[in-house]
Amino acid sequence: MAITESNTLPRTNSGQRKVWFERIPASYWVVGIALLIMPAFASDFALYQVFGWTFILGMISLSLMFLGGYGGMVSLVQMSIAGLAGYMVAIFGDSAITDISMGWPWYIAIPLALIVAMLFGTIVGSLAVRTEGIYTIMITLAVAAAFFYFTRQNYIIFNGFSGFNGVLPPELFGVDWRQSKPFYYLTLFWAAVAYFSVLYVSRAPFGLALQGVRDNPRRMAALGYSVNAHRIAAYAFAALIAGTGGILLTWQSAQISPGTAGIGPAIDILVIAVIGGMRRPAGPFIGAFIYVLLKTFAIDVLLSVGLSGERFQLLIGLGFLAIVFFSPDGLLGLWDRWQEFRKRDPLLDRGEGPL
Amino acid sequence: MRNFASRHPGWSIVILLVAAALIWSIFAIWPKGLVDVIGRKKVFLNALFNGITLGGLYFLVASGFTLIFGLMRNVNLAHGSLYLLGGYIGYFVASSTGYWLLAFPVAFVLVAAVGILMQIFIFRRMEGQDLRQTLVTIGISIVMADLMLWGFGGDFYNITPPSWLSGPMETLLVTGVKRSSGDLIYLKYPVVRVVIFLASVVIGIAMWLILNRTQIGMMIRAGVDDRDMLSATGARIQLVFVGVFAFGAGLAGIAGVVGGTFQSVAPGEDIRFLLASLVVVIVGGMGSITGAALGALLIGLAEQFGSVYFPTYAVVLTFLIMVLVLAFRPQGLMGRS
Repeated sequence: MAITESNTLPRTNSGQRKVWFERIPASYWVVGIALLIMPAFASDFALYQVFGWTFILGMISLSLMFLGGYGGMVSLVQMSIAGLAGYMVAIFGDSAITDISMGWPWYIAIPLALIVAMLFGTIVGSLAVRTEGIYTIMITLAVAAAFFYFTRQNYIIFNGFSGFNGVLPPELFGVDWRQSKPFYYLTLFWAAVAYFSVLYVSRAPFGLALQGVRDNPRRMAALGYSVNAHRIAAYAFAALIAGTGGILLTWQSAQISPGTAGIGPAIDILVIAVIGGMRRPAGPFIGAFIYVLLKTFAIDVLLSVGLSGERFQLLIGLGFLAIVFFSPDGLLGLWDRWQEFRKRDPLLDRGEGPL
Repeated sequence: MRNFASRHPGWSIVILLVAAALIWSIFAIWPKGLVDVIGRKKVFLNALFNGITLGGLYFLVASGFTLIFGLMRNVNLAHGSLYLLGGYIGYFVASSTGYWLLAFPVAFVLVAAVGILMQIFIFRRMEGQDLRQTLVTIGISIVMADLMLWGFGGDFYNITPPSWLSGPMETLLVTGVKRSSGDLIYLKYPVVRVVIFLASVVIGIAMWLILNRTQIGMMIRAGVDDRDMLSATGARIQLVFVGVFAFGAGLAGIAGVVGGTFQSVAPGEDIRFLLASLVVVIVGGMGSITGAALGALLIGLAEQFGSVYFPTYAVVLTFLIMVLVLAFRPQGLMGRS
């Protein structure tokens, strides 16, 4: 289960240290520049609905990938954490439900929302780490369901079935952040921050210890690492990412309701992470892009082959099944395998060198 | 039993007191003060019996789930879909032939067949990969839910029990005294619920007997303890796997018919019963039949009492029980650590 990070690490064959921009892989330049100049030619709909949504779902899914890929804990509660952060922004900040919303300024409401989300994530995490593997899935699924039912029933804090609408981002620097271009850059910025922080943490001592815990908890415990503390800290970090995604998600649709963080969406987040690939932080974003494309354009495709547009779930489910069945590491896993296949020497029938 | 009493004297006293209070509240005529505090006895008794019978239904769903998990370490998250499929099959068999009883064997056989197909074509190919199997079952449940929505629409179906089972039944339990004449009022309770509960008790006892008293049961228990060692002794473990999976799936199918009679068959019920069986087996302990029975009873009672006495948070109450059990006994009430 070791992660082959070496693909992305700089290869210093000559021994001398490269300049910083030489150490950034070419793919980062291409993707980065493409994403930065995207608003020049993409339509408003594509920017706001397709890319904005992709980055948001990618972030929430990234938090699951961080837990699942580096920590070995598949948590279905990430969507609930995101939903809770969205709720908190609506409750502490402004919304159309003025009876409940406190109307505090954004610089209090947003940090508070993230803190509450992290607290929730930590509490759920400390419950979930008492169990292992598939038990974690079940317990987090049950917690996600409890969150859904609780928010649906509670009218005092969560405003029950209808939730909150009119939750808008603050007009910081005089920009209306719900316009398509500002929103695109906003989500892109936070998605990039989340991506690189996960990348950084995965190589920091904490992340390495976490991967050690994933691979062999007993050995790590014997080496003096606190297994549970690492796992709970991972939950807290993942909750921060999920919470940020949740706030952006709330701003995108300007509303938050129990359905946003229901059982279906919670499973969708897992589907996204698995389709993209749980081994590298890029996976969730690829998965989210495919999911959003499917969700946006599946109706047209389905209608063109003579099925009704309602069969979207079927398409997603079959795609998910095919991915899990043929490539457990998702699309990135397929890509890795193809690369390995290309490097294979047909005469020797093995790789030319260390990957 | 005596072991438990000597090891946990405090808990034994608490359990005894609770049991005594329960027995008193079932059989005695409630004094007026008590009625003022927690409402009429009829409401209480109805909640109690509804909880117990709902527990019977949960047990039917969850016992198959826990059996499959115990033997194959396979968390079958498509179990709710099997339940729903059983409900639809039961509805169409019962309404087209007019025989309610016929719905049970047909649902059992057909859903068991689906289970066999799943085991042979999917789970056998990824044996030992717990996480991947679980993910596959999530995919299957998404696909099945949508196929069923496609095939049967979003309507509610109700399976009507035959006439000899419909209507209420007089019980010997007194709910109150008539103020005018001083006659005792007895509780009336739907016959079909009682019959179904008795049937689920019979199934539970039969399962326990098969598991603990027969050769096949011995093999299954050995498989739960150590799969590899069992296959090394020459037992045909794949056959046992298929059999257990079929039986567990079939039970879910039967439970679907029962649920369709109790309540209704509709999209979304699959998730509800999947969650219910998840909570039941987490509370009761994974892979243990007695645990499933205990958990089902507890969750059924919690749900019914919750919906009577604190209606807003009834659903949350069941999850609260789960969290408490997890916090103090992560392996479940009857689970082995």
